[in-house]
Amino acid sequence: MHPSLQIAAKDLRQRARDRSAFLLAIVVPFVLAAVFSLLFGPAATPRAFDYAVVDLDGTAASRAFTVDVLGALQAQGVAEVSEVDEPEARAGVRDGDLDAAFVLPPGFAADVASPRPAELRVIGSADSPTATVVARSVARSYVEGLDAARVAVAAVRAARPALTPAEIERVAQETVHDVSPVVVEDVSATARVLDAKTYFAAAMAVFFLLFTVQFGVSSLIDERGEGTLARLLAAPIRRWEILAGKLLTSVVLGIVSLTVLLVASAAMLGARWGDPLGVGLLVVSGVLAGTGITSVIASLARTSEQAGTWQAVVAVTLGLLGGAFFPVRQAGAVIANLSLVTPHAWFLGGLGDLAGGGGAAGALPSVAVLLGIAAVTTGVALLRIGRTVAP
Amino acid sequence: MNVETSSTHAAEVAPPTAVGDVLRCTDLRRSFGAVQAVDAVSFRIHAGETYGLLGPNGAGKTTVISMVSGVLEADSGSVLVDGVEMHPGALTAKAAIGYVPQDVALYPDLTGRENLLFFASLYRIGRRRARSRVAEVLDIVGLTERASDRVETYSGGMKRRLNIAVGLIHRPRLLVLDEPTVGVDPQSRNAILGSVERLSTEGMGVLYTTHYMEEAERLCDRVAIMDLGRLIAEGRPRQLTARLGDSEHIRLTLEGDSTRAVAALRDLPRVTGATATDDAIDVLVPDAESALPQVIQVAAAQGTVRSVSVDEPDLETVFLRLTGKRLRD
Ligand SMILES: Nc1ncnc2c1ncn2[C@@H]1O[C@H](COP(=O)(O)OP(=O)(O)OP(=O)(O)O)[C@@H](O)[C@H]1O
Ligand SMILES: [Mg+2]
Repeated sequence: MHPSLQIAAKDLRQRARDRSAFLLAIVVPFVLAAVFSLLFGPAATPRAFDYAVVDLDGTAASRAFTVDVLGALQAQGVAEVSEVDEPEARAGVRDGDLDAAFVLPPGFAADVASPRPAELRVIGSADSPTATVVARSVARSYVEGLDAARVAVAAVRAARPALTPAEIERVAQETVHDVSPVVVEDVSATARVLDAKTYFAAAMAVFFLLFTVQFGVSSLIDERGEGTLARLLAAPIRRWEILAGKLLTSVVLGIVSLTVLLVASAAMLGARWGDPLGVGLLVVSGVLAGTGITSVIASLARTSEQAGTWQAVVAVTLGLLGGAFFPVRQAGAVIANLSLVTPHAWFLGGLGDLAGGGGAAGALPSVAVLLGIAAVTTGVALLRIGRTVAP
Repeated sequence: MNVETSSTHAAEVAPPTAVGDVLRCTDLRRSFGAVQAVDAVSFRIHAGETYGLLGPNGAGKTTVISMVSGVLEADSGSVLVDGVEMHPGALTAKAAIGYVPQDVALYPDLTGRENLLFFASLYRIGRRRARSRVAEVLDIVGLTERASDRVETYSGGMKRRLNIAVGLIHRPRLLVLDEPTVGVDPQSRNAILGSVERLSTEGMGVLYTTHYMEEAERLCDRVAIMDLGRLIAEGRPRQLTARLGDSEHIRLTLEGDSTRAVAALRDLPRVTGATATDDAIDVLVPDAESALPQVIQVAAAQGTVRSVSVDEPDLETVFLRLTGKRLRD
């Protein structure tokens, strides 16, 4: 077996016996993710809008709007919908109990079946602009869909003038059912943002990654202190083989801990990760970037205490900037831009891209940046190998 | 400082032939900042020979050993191991050396056997052979029964023995031992010395540093005395002491002003050297019997003499004579 593999195998065996590595790599981030998503979870999820619907028409066509369209919004968790009468709706919006209300006027179904444009009013609250905009766009797209129904009804009536109102309604209803369901896009600024449980699981995983990978590369400093590095240097192996063994240890530890965390948080905390291939690429490239950063620190530090302190400072700073504690988008442009130098931001951003439901390709820009960070930092560590891998 | 060599006694030492040299150091130098740790050190060791480096703390012994083992790069000079140039990337030369560092260098959270197997793998010893080698070296150092325990549960002496075993795992041509018996109980120490003697008769070259005169006198075919980075004398132990055969060694313990006592003693015509150390004053004289009354009288003038002893010349005496210091402070 290659000496680097021997060294990595030996290191991993040591780490496997070291409970603190296991705690720091897996248990602590998992517990913190669980605690955070319990504490902050509901607040951090976009709040469901409070909508009311006033059905003054009471026909099958108006029921279709309430049941199918608004029902779908409710099922998606975008809105809570209640049925009220018109004065209640107005009062609710005015008092801020409701974000917006839909009013289906009397004769709604008849309008649908006539050449007159059907009217669907939205009462919005100035205090809830987003909710109002969403309500309007829901109403508009439904009414536009209904135009198709109206055209269909008109066409049927022209062909068979003797249709009873019941038959007309049936035609209208069938057409309405064919209207594609309302698609709510850009409901809020939550695009590219993970839901709370997923976010906290990802954030804790990437935050602790910088501590986990430390157990590989930084053990070079421990071995220097304990004299075993001199022994490695006296053995018939090359310096880079020693460094490669240590880097490999970091990479394996990082991948194992991230994978365990992602799987455990999906199974036990309800985190939702996107395309597995994309997540896998992000994990590997994120671990490589974290390992690179750690190896630069290890090449600068003289003692393990120093390395540990610097590592903690770097991990916390990058974690803060990179959105491991709060989403950076909430923190203004300066931090949002600064965050782009951190692997955390790219890792979380890449997961956000995948959570949108796209394929692995969505994560590729983030993967590329993470690999870039890995290449630069590992390059720096290699340039300093003469100091790092020395007695 | 004057470099004394054994050239006057050349007939007594079989001059090692270049062909048989497992180690040949030529003009080695190494400094750390302003400290010249090793200065123009040259020596040879041939197969089956045990060579001792004696010197006080900071003499440069470990630095020499680190350069010999390829752990540290020399500023200048050369190291040939079995005729192959040693440098940090010299894998062949490194494979010929068994390096036993001064401080125990083992993985405490691995077992004794795991430590040995790991280092065996770095020397590219196949699994099967490694297993039998591990059993052999465990036997040599007497740790077979503790092989499956983690090293952190070993006593200091056991760690030291395992430290040596690691250096033996690949049957090196040259075993390099840096003060292997420090902090070891007499029984373990005896076992270590016994193993070194046995390995040496099997043809292994040994480079051995120590503070202990008895060890050097028992083990070493030749010794070099090192001080302040230089080799100041080299030869067989007997040879070196014979050279000082005209000296005897009086040791006094004095309650009083040792510095003034030493100055006064040095002025005596019958005294060739006097040194004060923490607990005693060492005086070198050609003939103890005739010098003793005067020595005691002069010393007593500076305080109370608590004890007096007279020793036959040994390496300690040689060392004192050459460096003005005792080996162990
Ligand atoms: N890595 C280092 N950095 C700076 N100075 C060093 C280093 N290693 C050794 N020295 C200095 O070089 C000199 C020789 O040290 P060395 O360890 O070789 O002595 P030694 O003979 O082995 O001593 P000891 O008997 O105490 O082990 C000392 O003055 C020491 O302070
Ligand atoms: Mg030393």
